[in-house]
Amino acid sequence: MDVTVKVKRYDPDAARPQVEWQEYPISIDENATVLDALIMIREEVDGTLSLRCSCRSAICGSCAMRINGHAGLACKTKASDSMDANGTIVVEPAGVMPTVKDLVVNFDLFWKKIEEVEPYLKPEVPEPEAEYIASNESMLHLSGVTACIMCGACVSDCTVLEVDPTFLGPAALAKAYRFTADPRDGDANGVSRDRLAKLGMPSGMWDCTRCNECVQACPKGVAPMDRIMALREQAMEVGFGNTNGARHAEAFTESVGHSGRLDELRLPVQSVGITNIPALLGFMPVGWRALTHGKLPPLVHKNVEDVDTIRRLFRKLNNS
Amino acid sequence: MKYAFYPGCVSQGGAPELYPAAKLICQRLGIELEEIRAWTCCGAGVMQEKNQLFGDTLNARTMAKAEQLGMTIMTICSTCQGVMGQANQRMQNPEYLAEINSHLAEEGLEYKGTAEIKHLLWILIEDYGLENLTPHITRSLGNLRIAPFYGCYIVRPTEALGIEEHPERQTSLETLIETLGAILIDFAGKTRCCGFPILTINEKNSMAMVGKHTSEVKDLGADAMVTPCPLCHLNLDGFQPKAAKQAQRAIDMPILHLPQLIGLAMGISPAELGLKKHIVSTAPLELKLGAGSR
Repeated sequence: MDVTVKVKRYDPDAARPQVEWQEYPISIDENATVLDALIMIREEVDGTLSLRCSCRSAICGSCAMRINGHAGLACKTKASDSMDANGTIVVEPAGVMPTVKDLVVNFDLFWKKIEEVEPYLKPEVPEPEAEYIASNESMLHLSGVTACIMCGACVSDCTVLEVDPTFLGPAALAKAYRFTADPRDGDANGVSRDRLAKLGMPSGMWDCTRCNECVQACPKGVAPMDRIMALREQAMEVGFGNTNGARHAEAFTESVGHSGRLDELRLPVQSVGITNIPALLGFMPVGWRALTHGKLPPLVHKNVEDVDTIRRLFRKLNNS
Repeated sequence: MKYAFYPGCVSQGGAPELYPAAKLICQRLGIELEEIRAWTCCGAGVMQEKNQLFGDTLNARTMAKAEQLGMTIMTICSTCQGVMGQANQRMQNPEYLAEINSHLAEEGLEYKGTAEIKHLLWILIEDYGLENLTPHITRSLGNLRIAPFYGCYIVRPTEALGIEEHPERQTSLETLIETLGAILIDFAGKTRCCGFPILTINEKNSMAMVGKHTSEVKDLGADAMVTPCPLCHLNLDGFQPKAAKQAQRAIDMPILHLPQLIGLAMGISPAELGLKKHIVSTAPLELKLGAGSR
């Protein structure tokens, strides 16, 4: 099978270091992976091409990179599935993290964030005399998130990290959930209040945009974003409602539960908090522009027909 | 060709130009719409954070009504499409569906799990057919350079969007732009997040996303960006002046709703399509189109 692998290259030791694209036309087996193709290039065509890889079985997490614009493991991606109509596969280093050389990126940012969430059990009650007993159910639940192989694909494609390197990011937040959801962590009921308080600070769980990039990129089904949503639920459950994010979710649900549809005029006010004068003033130019263009949401929010049914459902399910 | 129409809150709230524009082009194309009676908000993923069961029950209620009508649901919002698609996917679990139906029973409704939910974008390509759309294109968009912007929920997660059976959905917006006769300005940011969901949580990041995408297509020479998502529109258009201020540069990138671009190609006037309601002026685009005086 003939294929052209187009690789984004960067050599810091070059006389004038710059990013450039290089195309490698090669012939590979029908069943070859993108990693097989890259290894063939390195061994038979161009020994200067740098990449990381080890297990070739989607276990070690070394070969995460962008293939046709999206992060994934090169060893888990079939070349035949990745070619465009002209037989080209575009390969780039992972995003967000700085490139060291060619397809190799510097993972310092990734590890720093994992470290920040204190990835170890922190029980607040005295240790039991014998072993900790955790239910099978709770451990099975955690097996989904412990499947993480730290490949960095989620971090590479995170839409928030791209604009804000202070965000904890999908890998670290999923790792944090692995502990907040562990019955052995936190107080006697397994509630990790301190962790949830810290994770609820700016740059934490509420900064995720819910864009699903990390869910799509993760080669192991960890679904980091879903874990971030679970963290938010845990935080609201234990009473950390005093954040813009929690107020936003609360006010949104209340609005729909009360009228059947979203009251778009009140939602931003309730999200930032009615006493948050600077934030409210910040909305004014936007509100003014909307008003003068005839598109301010209705001042009096209308209820849907059958609103009593919606309210009844809301009362019944609100605390479920 | 008739659909159970689900307009979504934003098309009648923060982006009120979308609802009439969508109805107008459907009428001209001969696509009949029956609005689902007393439809409720899909939850936009936000309500699902707080109470997924409540959100899914409301969506099941809407879907049950479409089942009764015996029609496919038509959405005009990427977020509604994704959120309802995900809810529908969860409800394929019979136990969960039974639980939800126990709550719907009071209203005499039952959801059987058979609803099909399709965005107007997909309907035009898969059901209506581009060959049937082409005869309606009466105004040349030939000199307009248009960049696509999908909105996260219509591209991810792929399992809830039928991408496996319909891989063409992944390039549907580009296909439509080219079918309408405009010049496609492709860019890597087209499937990224507009930042709207964190607007009230981390405005700086949200504005950085708006600034990044709109500047990128500006620098590629686009005349406008088109989106099938009114939430993206709210942020990319309504908050673009703020994003430009933060980015310390001029951007002035007009953002069109999908039905507006289609309507322009069908010869409908910019005023009828609600372009005057946009925050970023569409005047340069109209001038280039030669439609300014119509």
